[in-house]
Amino acid sequence: MRSPVGTTLRRGRASDEGPALPEGSPPPVLVVEGLTVTLGGREVLKDVSFNLHAGELAGLIGSNGAGKTTLLRAVLGLQGTAAGTVTLSGRRDHGSLGYVPQKVSLDPDLPVRARDLVALGIDGQRLGVGLHSSSRRARAEELLSSVGALHLADARVGALSGGEQQRVLIAHALASKPRLLLLDEPLANLDLRSTQETVSLLAGLTRSHGVAVLVSTHDINPLLPFMHCVVYLAGGRAASGRTAEVVRSDVLSRLYGQHVDVLHAHGRVIVSVGDEHRESGCELAPDDCAEEGQPA
Amino acid sequence: MSVLHAVFAPGFFTSGPVLAAVLIGGVVALVSAPAGFLTVMRSHSFAGHAFSEVTATGGSAAYLVGVGPLLGYVVAALAGAGAMGALGVERHKSRDLVAGVVLGATLGLTALFLYLTTTSQSTSGAAVTVLFGSLFAVSSSDWPTVVALGGAALALVGVGWRPLLLSSVSPELAAARGVRLRLVESAYLAAVALAVALASMTVGAILSTALLVGPAAAALRFARTPARACAWAAAIGLVAVWGGIVLAYDSYDWPPSQQGWPVSFFVVFLVLATYLASYLFGRHRDPAHRDPAHRDPAHRDPAHRDPAHRDPAHRDPAHRDPAHRDPAHRGEA
Ligand SMILES: Nc1ncnc2c1ncn2[C@@H]1O[C@H](COP(=O)(O)OP(=O)(O)O)[C@@H](O)[C@H]1O
Ligand SMILES: [Mg+2]
Repeated sequence: MRSPVGTTLRRGRASDEGPALPEGSPPPVLVVEGLTVTLGGREVLKDVSFNLHAGELAGLIGSNGAGKTTLLRAVLGLQGTAAGTVTLSGRRDHGSLGYVPQKVSLDPDLPVRARDLVALGIDGQRLGVGLHSSSRRARAEELLSSVGALHLADARVGALSGGEQQRVLIAHALASKPRLLLLDEPLANLDLRSTQETVSLLAGLTRSHGVAVLVSTHDINPLLPFMHCVVYLAGGRAASGRTAEVVRSDVLSRLYGQHVDVLHAHGRVIVSVGDEHRESGCELAPDDCAEEGQPA
Repeated sequence: MSVLHAVFAPGFFTSGPVLAAVLIGGVVALVSAPAGFLTVMRSHSFAGHAFSEVTATGGSAAYLVGVGPLLGYVVAALAGAGAMGALGVERHKSRDLVAGVVLGATLGLTALFLYLTTTSQSTSGAAVTVLFGSLFAVSSSDWPTVVALGGAALALVGVGWRPLLLSSVSPELAAARGVRLRLVESAYLAAVALAVALASMTVGAILSTALLVGPAAAALRFARTPARACAWAAAIGLVAVWGGIVLAYDSYDWPPSQQGWPVSFFVVFLVLATYLASYLFGRHRDPAHRDPAHRDPAHRDPAHRDPAHRDPAHRDPAHRDPAHRDPAHRGEA
């Protein structure tokens, strides 16, 4: 297995260097170039560019309203763009992207079991009633067990806890064997333990399924031990690249257009923008960030 | 035989209107089940209400013009479906505002049409028929139309079933899968429009929502999968409609007038009764899986992910039996 640090080092747009792909490496799964999205007359995303490769776990970092959901929806093709391109390697069909939206609010009384939702991930876009078949059933159980949720197969989706529902939604998203998995704030509203479980599950999926994973979060902290690279959104613009190259005072100051301090304290990092202090606690030592499967 | 006679008054099985009512009512119950289930899944009982008011207008207009009420119901409901599709029922806020204005006007039109019908044609029965239905008064020549429209509605739901279900769970998930939400929503609205139009024939425009949503709502407490919820809703709907027909036929001997009680009353009453019963007898949720033991970290252990290691209780048919009412389990729910 290649080292994520080594391969992502020269990629992405950490600053103004521009993307530089190392010779002979596989093409990226996702290339976003100069993406601009206008909503309600306002440029929510301005000239956002980044790459993502197979097996990479990338954090999409930004405070509320920074445009994380908009960016994910643009990648999915659900959001119209004013300028720029979103390129997915290979064939693009409904199965090549897996999506876990921020909220799926289902009443606990509704008779949709976890296995039903996962089965809809396999063929939910097809017409017809989809007669029960043992292979479909086995595939749904296999997907559930790949996210450690087989024991929830017969539970109603609406009655699951946040962390449990997250796992089932990830199984749903994996059902079409996507090359890229997009998750919108999967860690919001999770307790510490579920957060750590979800993050290490995602890190495990990049290895076991070779899928590229883009996770949006307003709190960079839980992702840091597993994240290969970062797309940092502020003011509609993005800085991207290896975590240690982006979460830096000079890079973030340029992004925010004002002085930003990145403070290292007790092995953690605090990002302080102007008057506002943002805790981004991180063991930012590059080796830590590269360490895979590190128990959080 | 005497018990049978006590339930089915003499002549029940040989009466033409009764048999037509049994056939048409049965079709209506079958069509309302999946349409109602999707309505409950999508939290669109609003749409059901809107349709019932629109069909009332259509029915009253049909009386005024002098065509059969079924034509009025169907045309109005489909027009309503088109309007709702154009406005986009998914946008709740604007939908409620528009609904308030448009449906108010719709009721006003119904009042106008019924008034004009009553004054010009001295047929005072029109209002009662349109608003509260009269299954026995349904022209038996209508049944081929009813069967065809019901079949069309069932076919729409059947063809669109998986996208309908996925978009009910989450429009975002469906859209990410390439499901065209507008198209799916249109299919749903057309199916509900047809179901409500047919239900309006049975129990009247005003009560049609009860037949659409009631059996489906009760079914949620018995069924654990979408397909079974539809089956339960169909069964409950059939019991309510056919039971209502039997009781209405029996009620010709009842006080005060010896004229019989309205079949709509019995149908809606039976729907309500099953809904209440579902609270008493239904498996409220999925108690087995709310068991704290299942949240035990041990169950996250890879060994426990193997199906073979699962608690046999999960597979125990008793847990699927709606009659299963272990007090311990109900306590969890
Ligand atoms: N439909 C819309 N019309 C106008 N502005 C919108 C719309 N949707 C989102 N926005 C704005 O776009 C910005 C980015 O939103 P979003 O992508 O949801 O942010 P995030 O997911 O990072 O919290 C926010 O300022 C939000 O107010
Ligand atoms: Mg968001």
